Amino acid sequence: MSKFLRFATTAFFAVSLSTTALAGTLVINSDQSDPAPRKGMEALIEKFKKENPDIDVKLNVFDKESYKTSIRTWLSGESPDVVYWYAGERMKFFVDRKLFEDVSDVWAANKGAEAMPSTVGSVTVDGKQYGVPYTYYNWGIYYRKDLFEKAGIQQPPKTWAEFLDACAKLKASGVAPIVIGSKALWPTAGWFDYLNLRVNGMDYHMKLMAGQVPYTDKGVKDVFDKWAELIRPGYFIENHASYTWQESQPLFYQGKGAMYLIGNFITPEFPADVRDKMDFFQFPKIADQPMYEDAPTDTVHIPARAKNKVDAKKFLAFYMRPDVQTELNSVLRQIPTNKDAKPSDDRFLQAGYKMLSAAAGTAQFYDRDTDPSLAQEGMKAFQEFMIIPDRGDEILTRLEARRKQVFKQ
Amino acid sequence: MDAIMTSPVSLSRPAVQRSFWRRHEKTLAPAMFLSPALFAFLLFVVWPILSSVWISFHEWDGLGPKIFIGLDNYRELFSDDKFYVALVNNIKWLILYLLAPVGGLIIALFLNQQMPGMRLIKALFFFPFVISQVVVGVIFSWFYDPNFGLLNVVLNAVGLPSIAPLGDEHMVTYAIIVAGLWPQIAYCMILYLTGLNNVNPELIEAARMDGCKGFPMFWNIILPQLRPATFIAVVVTVIGALRSFDLVAIMTNGGPYDSSTVLGYFMYEQAIFAYRMGYGAAIATVLFLIMDIYIAFFLVSMLRKEAE
Repeated sequence: MSKFLRFATTAFFAVSLSTTALAGTLVINSDQSDPAPRKGMEALIEKFKKENPDIDVKLNVFDKESYKTSIRTWLSGESPDVVYWYAGERMKFFVDRKLFEDVSDVWAANKGAEAMPSTVGSVTVDGKQYGVPYTYYNWGIYYRKDLFEKAGIQQPPKTWAEFLDACAKLKASGVAPIVIGSKALWPTAGWFDYLNLRVNGMDYHMKLMAGQVPYTDKGVKDVFDKWAELIRPGYFIENHASYTWQESQPLFYQGKGAMYLIGNFITPEFPADVRDKMDFFQFPKIADQPMYEDAPTDTVHIPARAKNKVDAKKFLAFYMRPDVQTELNSVLRQIPTNKDAKPSDDRFLQAGYKMLSAAAGTAQFYDRDTDPSLAQEGMKAFQEFMIIPDRGDEILTRLEARRKQVFKQ
Repeated sequence: MDAIMTSPVSLSRPAVQRSFWRRHEKTLAPAMFLSPALFAFLLFVVWPILSSVWISFHEWDGLGPKIFIGLDNYRELFSDDKFYVALVNNIKWLILYLLAPVGGLIIALFLNQQMPGMRLIKALFFFPFVISQVVVGVIFSWFYDPNFGLLNVVLNAVGLPSIAPLGDEHMVTYAIIVAGLWPQIAYCMILYLTGLNNVNPELIEAARMDGCKGFPMFWNIILPQLRPATFIAVVVTVIGALRSFDLVAIMTNGGPYDSSTVLGYFMYEQAIFAYRMGYGAAIATVLFLIMDIYIAFFLVSMLRKEAE
């Protein structure tokens, strides 16, 4: 459904729900609106209530997309006590505006840095922690083993040449090699992130995200050239701008397309009859760079204007616990941040977990790593490029003008 | 005026001191009746207009401090390609939307006959106007869907290749306008049906006696009598075209890559999703000025007509 509808409804509920926390009441605003995660979160909150019978927990659940806009209203007005959010630049945006509470004491009291070494950096600004990461997940290429076999591809591609070869074979066998739905823009950014990480490496990527490298730089052009090697021969499905990522999935399940570069969150969606035909491989190597990965991290924070910070900190500490993270992530089918928590034995998750453990470094995701207003323009640019690759230079020049504006300070 | 006229009367009868209310009744009563509406108008219309003009001189992300930057937002706007895309799309809306009064008139003429079951047929034609724009948008999105949409089923049946109207930068705006025309034509049709009820049968009879029929009859006798209906249909349609937003938001979010955006949506997107309140306000101000031109034209022509 459209961004607008979701925004309108959430804005309405945001105003009516997020207000008034009495002493002993803990108001939590969550964006985990998909049925399974939502149920998991609610079960955990029951557990928290049982352990803290004196706290009256009030949970408000919002749709993910509109949550992203309405959170600004809550943080600057009547704040809830705990908000769900994202690590990295997305968090820093609010930290810079002094809207998130420093929770370094919760980290210190619970030995958080030792328990969550891989993600502590993603919630740290100037040596202080501003939130608690409770889950993260891998990105990668999910593919249909049966279609690969039919096209005569022996094993998943490891290099760019093998990848192009696989695409050509798949196309020749009559299926679209790559499925994507670019209507909601963000799936395009997965491609950009991975191509940039594989071609130019992590340092370059993070500099670009921080606005320190122009989009007209040769490095970005190289990325577009590699991308065009997939676009020009028609390896992506037709009309991808007409589908959201949800709407594009049936093509994958009906066997009309063979690969999907997406986050691990797609795996619970696999229908039972094709689940066994699905597998996963790491984004292939391109240039001589270590294997970096996208691993978006989801977090909980205490707004600076929260009324009940004492209980909110209890809740954050609760979310750091290995047993809580084990339970939560088995529902989310994602990877717990606490190293003492057990990731579920789902085979996709195990593969992703193994891949991330071996990663040379992780990025959050394009729209979490760079300035939000530039991210929106950037993803539109990627969508345009994926439809009309001939406009590459023109698109990058336009995006560069926007970068200069956003990062002019 | 009335107060001045009544005051000498009360002076001439000092014994019966009339209350303040009695003396000023005729000025106070209308003022009191008007005040709630005036207050609401000032609060909900005038003040937001002024404050968004004020915001348009600032750079503001909605949370941080407002930085006064004078006319920079406008300078940027007039050199922004997206602004011209949106403006041109608004003009496309404006021109093509004028097909609604024409289409409405044709259907109304067709339906304006005595026949059993005609009420039902009229109701069916009017139906699209009753359903919400959101539903219209969703239905047309399905209709256009390249995978399972009815449009491609029909195209393929007559041997034409499949198209994806909402994913193609050249087709997308027209595809949305077609969706918008569906309810708009129904609305204009109702206006003309009421108008046709009021056509003077004697005039038609007289014209017929003079040997007038067919198109000349319609053009010279009937259409002039439908002038009030035409006037309202055009006004409503033009305003509808200028404030087009909901269908764009529901069907494409302005995409692919902004090619179907209109000023209203461009403003919403810049303010709410790109967190540029000042820039959004500048777009709003420009849209407001464009509407003002139209409203001024509308008022002048209305006053002129009244003067006739």
